[in-house]
Amino acid sequence: MNMLTRRLIIAVTASLVFAGHAAAQDKSIVVASTTSTQDSGLFGHILPMFKAKTGIEVKVVAQGTGQALDTARRGDADVVFVHAKPAEEKFLSEGFGVKRYPVMYNDFILIGPKADPAGVKGSKDIVAALTAIKAKGADFISRGDKSGTHQAELNLWKVAGVDIAKDKGPWYKEIGQGMGAALNTASASNAYVLADRGTWLSFKNRGDLVIAVEGDKRLFNQYGVMLVNPEKHPSVKKDLGQQFIDWLVSAEGQKAIADYKINGEQLFYPNANDSGA
Amino acid sequence: MRAPSSELPVVFDGVTVTAGPVTILDHIALTLAPGAPTVLIGPNGSGKSTLLRVAMGLLAPSRGRITWGGLENVPPLKRAIVFQRPAMLRRSAAANLRFALRAAGVPRAEHARRTAELLELVGLGHLADRAARSLSGGEQQRLALARALARDPAILFLDEPTASLDPTATKAVEDIIRTVSERNIKVVMATHDLGEARRLAGDVVMLHRGRIVENGATASFFDRPQTAEARTFLAGELLV
Amino acid sequence: MPNDATALQLVLSGDPALFAIVRLSLYVSLSAVALAALIGIPLGAFIALTKFPGRQGAIVLLNALMGLPPVVVGLAVYLVLSRSGPLGSFGLLFTAGAMIIAQTVLVTPIIAALTRQTIEDLWIEYRDELTAMNLGPLDRVTALIWDARFSLVTALLAGFGRAAAEVGAIIIVGGNIEGFTRTMTTAIALETSKGDLPLAVGLGLVLIAIVIAVNAMAWTVRRAGERLAG
Repeated sequence: MNMLTRRLIIAVTASLVFAGHAAAQDKSIVVASTTSTQDSGLFGHILPMFKAKTGIEVKVVAQGTGQALDTARRGDADVVFVHAKPAEEKFLSEGFGVKRYPVMYNDFILIGPKADPAGVKGSKDIVAALTAIKAKGADFISRGDKSGTHQAELNLWKVAGVDIAKDKGPWYKEIGQGMGAALNTASASNAYVLADRGTWLSFKNRGDLVIAVEGDKRLFNQYGVMLVNPEKHPSVKKDLGQQFIDWLVSAEGQKAIADYKINGEQLFYPNANDSGA
Repeated sequence: MRAPSSELPVVFDGVTVTAGPVTILDHIALTLAPGAPTVLIGPNGSGKSTLLRVAMGLLAPSRGRITWGGLENVPPLKRAIVFQRPAMLRRSAAANLRFALRAAGVPRAEHARRTAELLELVGLGHLADRAARSLSGGEQQRLALARALARDPAILFLDEPTASLDPTATKAVEDIIRTVSERNIKVVMATHDLGEARRLAGDVVMLHRGRIVENGATASFFDRPQTAEARTFLAGELLV
Repeated sequence: MPNDATALQLVLSGDPALFAIVRLSLYVSLSAVALAALIGIPLGAFIALTKFPGRQGAIVLLNALMGLPPVVVGLAVYLVLSRSGPLGSFGLLFTAGAMIIAQTVLVTPIIAALTRQTIEDLWIEYRDELTAMNLGPLDRVTALIWDARFSLVTALLAGFGRAAAEVGAIIIVGGNIEGFTRTMTTAIALETSKGDLPLAVGLGLVLIAIVIAVNAMAWTVRRAGERLAG
């Protein structure tokens, strides 16, 4: 019994020491971002550069846009970096953010089965494509998770004049999960899905899926970054967080973003100087 | 050898034990005095085990009182009991004894010596480091005896200690009981083996349906039973 | 069968990122089991040996809590540890500490319920002897716990299995942050969602191998102990 007790006490003490040590590493910030940004591999490329320059460790918590903004609202993140402008502006108007900086954009693409049951492959008109998909009742996977991608999708249905909440049929499947899961599901059921290019380029389980529609201006996906308001949450690391934001919109950060490529293809287009973005 | 202690005599004064509507012991009046072993006999269900438990202090009477050396509510520091199927702790024989010694408040410095002594007494010296649960029935019974003696009791209760043992093991246990009794420890033992009662008892107490039916020195009980129940029982017939 | 050479290559080449993930998984789950044992074993023993009003209800509740859904525990702990929550000032969210806390909550009922059952059964066996030895309550409890040590090891292993296998709780409170709170199970979830199934399968096999190894070690210890003590 003594031996067992002794071992337990050692384990508990070690845990506390370890946890304490980890907490002592204080030059770090928590950035709430989205799973699609994480899955694109962008952070793996640019964060080491930022750390090398400033010594600041950036811990990315990747969630859906809705959840990321919620995490920021609760004060559990220092910076929020998502791609859903209306939601971001609402976040600002609620007083949870200090200022929104545009950072970069990428685009969405419509992915679909090679067999193309809705007959939309090669089109440059996303709205017409969605209308055709609905008309043919072709299987379509929606993320259904209040993410930036999901909101973009809902917006496109609206532009197509479809009240998707009312008019959806069994062909429209909402899975409530991230981009990778949506692509997996689409691959498994040979369905159409709206995806961001970054996730698609790194996605390995394509099955029979190919790019069906791309290049429509309405498919552009704008990213914004905000510091969580320290007046709402005094624990926010505002200096370190602002350093990160400043770097992202600086020439150096913007170049790092542009330099990120998958298979020689650029994924994100920096546009911090586009004040309307 | 030990000096007589204040634990004795154990006096039952109108002790009744009931469990719900069932009466297990009925107005027991009995004195357990220092001296030769007292043996409780009687058919199954006659209340022998319960009487031992009351005398040990494990069970409180529903009515009446029990005193040890004239006092009520004496904590069981100088009493010990061996159950019919003793429970062995999952450790070695010696470790079981050390546990009993610690429970009895014996200082740690004494443990090694006393453990060796007790194991010798019960003939288990060569099995000290064996897992207690791997010992035979007879060996476990002897270890239980050693555990009880670790408490340095003034009075030792035994509940049918040889009931599940073969003749060789029975003899070994009876020899130890005799040795214990010779050291001035009062032995109170329940048995359904009349031969054993004859061999070991100084006096016999016969129980039937929770009542003391007859009570007396061994010789007179066996040779000149007073009651019909005693005669029936001694004749080997079923006593209902 | 997908090609899992990638994961195997990582293991054989001693890939530091993979080993960091494995180390973190073991650290989190073993710490949780240790804490859960510290709380659960005395709690289970107490419920087994003490009569108090509502005892039967407590036993039913304890048994039911063994089946706590990990994702529910994760959500509850998240709300408590969030900066907007009651314990937010500790800044534990998105750290290994939060994951340990969540898994401790998951595992404690398992250890407590199994301890209670074991000790209660043992008490029935030893009740007369231990009472006759005039032992105080603390001595009684320690004697029973020591006697039950092998069954309790099995309870600890059940707890470890639960902790090592779950992802729902730690992904919420840990945030699956690369290099800080990414464990085997959360890494598998991530690689699956990225569509890198071969890597996910490989990680899964590594995880299973580790759990088997832990169980094998505990089994050996138990056998050796049993031989010594019967």
